Amino acid sequence: MTYPGLFRRDGEFCVTTLGNPEVAILRRVFTETANLVTAPPVGDPITERLFPVVYPDDREEAAEFRRLTEEDLRTEKSHQIGVVLSCLPDRSGGVRLDGEQAEAWLRALTDARLALGIKVDIADDTDLSDEIDDAAMRDPTGVRAMQLSVYGYLTYMQESLVEALESTPLV
Amino acid sequence: MTGTQVTPAQATETEETAEVDRPWITVVHNDPVNLMSYVTWVFQKLFGYTREKAEKLMLDVHHKGRAVVSSGARERMEHDASRLHAHGLWATIEKS
Repeated sequence: MTYPGLFRRDGEFCVTTLGNPEVAILRRVFTETANLVTAPPVGDPITERLFPVVYPDDREEAAEFRRLTEEDLRTEKSHQIGVVLSCLPDRSGGVRLDGEQAEAWLRALTDARLALGIKVDIADDTDLSDEIDDAAMRDPTGVRAMQLSVYGYLTYMQESLVEALESTPLV
Repeated sequence: MTGTQVTPAQATETEETAEVDRPWITVVHNDPVNLMSYVTWVFQKLFGYTREKAEKLMLDVHHKGRAVVSSGARERMEHDASRLHAHGLWATIEKS
């Protein structure tokens, strides 16, 4: 049995199959994340997390570092999201990633999860299934229930992709 | 870790340079989102650490809230921090 979005190793590749709903969700999430990294809203906690202050005790040095590096970092982050979007099937179907693409997916999944994690307030002691139950009880079709489920889904995908990438290729 | 032995005479001579080159450190901080497996993978990939070393650093980040992942010249640390930021890890630079 295959689960949509669960990656496994196939020779040199990491592969999975996605259904229509998963493709639609991923396309939306990564398009949103692309907007965040292309034009990061100033002072927003998500921006602060995706573009961390490198010298917390020296604002001048931190600003200089940001001036020199932020554009490259934005370009890199939007490039890796572009890789994800380009690998998605049109409606449903297989995803087949070579090593480089798999690494871009891991980085892009991280940024998408970081952004969502801040929106839904993920903390170290968050029990995701409790949070999802709770949110669904309050408002089954609400934004929070949806965002928590998507966050959980991206986590599941990323965990399986790390594992697939690290496993020895079957010959 | 190995370091170059410096005799007192040399030390005097290179004092000024040593001050400028004073080693810096790159610190990775804990966050509630990044996966333990992913963080271990990133440390191996970016720094060429063994799985054991990468796992130990990841666990330090997880349990102690932070870990020093590299040290050296400031430019090098800025490079490391940029790479870590590209991978979505929360990294800062400090004087050691």
